[in-house]
Amino acid sequence: MAEGRVVGIDLGTTNSLVAYMQGDAPVVIPGVDGSNLVPSVVALDPVPAGGGRPTVTVGNTARKALIETPERVIYSVKRLMGRGLQEIQDELKLFPFRLAEDVETGEVPRIRLGELKFTPPEISAYILRQLKRNAERFFGAPVTQAVITVPAYFNDAQRQATKDAGRMAGLEVLRLVNEPTAAALAYGLDREKVGTIAVYDLGGGTFDISILKLRDGIFEVQSTNGDTHLGGDDIDNLLLAIALDEIHAEHGVDLRVHPGAVQALRKAAIDVKISLSTEPVARFDIELPNGDRYQREIPRAVFELLIEPVLARTAGPCKQALTDAGITPEQIDEVVLVGGSTRIPAVRQLVDDLFHLKARGKRPHIELNPDEVVALGAAVQADILAGASKSTEEMLLLDVTPLSLGIEALGGTVARIIQRNSTIPASATEHFTTGVDGQTNVAIHVVQGERELAADCRSLARFDLRGIPPMSAGLPRIEVKFLIDADGILHVSAREQRSGQVAQIEVKATYGLTDEQVESMILDSFDHAEEDFAKRLLIEARNEAETILAAVERAPESPAWNQLRGEEQEAIAAARNRLASVKQGEDAAAIRDATLALDQATRRFAELMMEAAVTSAIRGKTMEAAGVDLGEAVTAPHAMAPAEFK
Amino acid sequence: MFKVLDSAVPIACWSCSIGHNDSTLFCPHCSKIQPPPGGDYFSVFGLEPRLGLDLPALEHEFHRLSRKVHPDRFARAGENERQWSLADTALLNDAYRTLKDPLHRTEYLLKLEGAEIGPDLSAESAAADGKDRKDPSRVPADLLEEVFELNMQLEEMRMARKMGETDAGLQPSLEQAKRRFDGLLVEVDQNLRIQWQVWDEGDAAARKKAEKTMVGLLDRRRYLSNLVRDVTETLGA
Repeated sequence: MAEGRVVGIDLGTTNSLVAYMQGDAPVVIPGVDGSNLVPSVVALDPVPAGGGRPTVTVGNTARKALIETPERVIYSVKRLMGRGLQEIQDELKLFPFRLAEDVETGEVPRIRLGELKFTPPEISAYILRQLKRNAERFFGAPVTQAVITVPAYFNDAQRQATKDAGRMAGLEVLRLVNEPTAAALAYGLDREKVGTIAVYDLGGGTFDISILKLRDGIFEVQSTNGDTHLGGDDIDNLLLAIALDEIHAEHGVDLRVHPGAVQALRKAAIDVKISLSTEPVARFDIELPNGDRYQREIPRAVFELLIEPVLARTAGPCKQALTDAGITPEQIDEVVLVGGSTRIPAVRQLVDDLFHLKARGKRPHIELNPDEVVALGAAVQADILAGASKSTEEMLLLDVTPLSLGIEALGGTVARIIQRNSTIPASATEHFTTGVDGQTNVAIHVVQGERELAADCRSLARFDLRGIPPMSAGLPRIEVKFLIDADGILHVSAREQRSGQVAQIEVKATYGLTDEQVESMILDSFDHAEEDFAKRLLIEARNEAETILAAVERAPESPAWNQLRGEEQEAIAAARNRLASVKQGEDAAAIRDATLALDQATRRFAELMMEAAVTSAIRGKTMEAAGVDLGEAVTAPHAMAPAEFK
Repeated sequence: MFKVLDSAVPIACWSCSIGHNDSTLFCPHCSKIQPPPGGDYFSVFGLEPRLGLDLPALEHEFHRLSRKVHPDRFARAGENERQWSLADTALLNDAYRTLKDPLHRTEYLLKLEGAEIGPDLSAESAAADGKDRKDPSRVPADLLEEVFELNMQLEEMRMARKMGETDAGLQPSLEQAKRRFDGLLVEVDQNLRIQWQVWDEGDAAARKKAEKTMVGLLDRRRYLSNLVRDVTETLGA
């Protein structure tokens, strides 16, 4: 086949993954460190000694910098995608995003990262480029086309921002797929299923519920609902707030003023949360800067009471989705659980109650790893689009638009032209005229949402129909066609019918980048070039080798080194010598293998380092001493960063 | 008003150049996708306009056509074919959404036939709803007295709620009114179905008569369902 592979990408709030179809089964492509999950964290390295633009790092490497240089790191950027300045004020209270001061209302906000500024799509583009490179390394061939997943409840601007990010990363985004629908695809592959299924997707930052009808390989979404600001992050924040308050009240220590310490405490809160999914009790046990210990047992019952309001917020969207699909809970044949937060027993209990599962002798589906299922589904959709394989040729996904599309009418009310849950692509045609003699433009305001007043809906775009031939008021008849494409993105075209002239439209998206802006933000335009590819692979492999070699070189200075057994130290030395010699050669694959081997050999050392770093951060020691040598291989399910509380 | 089912002028297929009928998504000769046909929603499914439809058969045909025209099948096709696939699928989806719903289908057919009907059902604009509810001229004559009574009670109920009081007598009375109007809705739907059959089986004159009746029934239905929604909202508040 002349064209390359199409990969499936889950661009998540906390972690991102890339997957592809291997034969008739989707598999996740691991990164160079062997991990399937790439933390959605982007860091800016220090400015090089000779000046010039600093390097951007992504994933586990970037996460390491969270402790050392929090002001040069960003995570959870998905929460900012496609949003305006006003809308992100709430996020700023909970996350250490530092906005550039010179952004004006109506512009896409930019985030300060060290001495540079980036828009959210640019940050996402760096994550996408890392995934693209992971896939290219894996295949040994360029990858230029992808399917990217988005929360089902993402609006037009959030979808467009995601597509822009793909383009900046050198990826042609063949389709945006809704995350719950992708999960259904991953589950629907191995069985010939008929029936109605509900996908309950509670991730790091977003919640989606989708109801689908499966029949003869057709996955027809009946309804979808959700909340783009509800997820595991909210649960972490609740635990963190308790710990911070108690430490302040009982020990007189205000950790909030130490970003690094809050960061470490957040990690402890996440550990408590994860542990409570399997244990009846979990505990904070942390040494404080003044030498005190903060020791706190959290029984599961207390935790469940604490998070109850967060979980309850998922019930409303579920009920609305059932109503919109015109069915009762009993008519749901299967429930699929997606997203790391569905590991919490209280979430499973809530789902059981909502869909009356136990009473009907049913259990939710959790067979596929909830962290990976969306990426696997994206790979299935990628395979459908590539049209290349027998296993997916009978499958077709019919998705819907999550929000109604409307036009602002007289008096600020909304005239709905495409109802929510309409199967996409969907279109609507509206006619407009002039109110004044000789008027040559008509302004149209398009909104998305379910509220009755345009001011309460989300402003999508303002269109100016121009070049209308001068006529008496009310005589021109301008036909405007609105079309929502298969990605859930709006397109508009217009025509003046009496004169036959095609009216010019100037589309001004309320929150978004112009085509020119996106063009100017494309990362490494030479990324596609075949001849550069092998060279780049080699350079990257050598860079990775050098990074890990440098870290291993400094390892004996660390106290953690002495905790290793003699044979562990010898194994590391052997792997280091092997890599040092292979690195001189031209074989990128061999260098990568040797890097991976050294990485494996140092895994336990890296874990010891990580523990030391967390302890030191809590004790307020210098970050440099603690975090400098965190190994590449350290993997944790969540990004860590300082959080601020009001 | 118009019928474009059997367009007289054949259009040449862009791919094989053989002429074909306008209202088809695919060239009957070379099976290549075609630009959106100009016919009505019924013709997308190869149907004559009619009101009684076999819904399972309609769904089956919707799925069959979706498999062929959906943009997923043209992700790597040329620019033209991709655009046509997008436009054809939007048409197919719009057509299916309209035809599978009995009220939208009735309204659509009446529009095709040139009947003047009330505010668009498919575009349930807040503005239109607001006007509808307050405009006394839209109250069906036989319900004038009852509606007047009901609106008084609704107002009382809202006032009482606002003052934090509960009127023990109002609740059951409103619930009874809701049941009564729900019953009237069912009656309207039954009458609509009867008119469907009249239209589907009748000659031109019978059809015109049925269309007039259906326009009246749709108006009545719209009014009743707004009323029921008001009562439900007030009761649930």
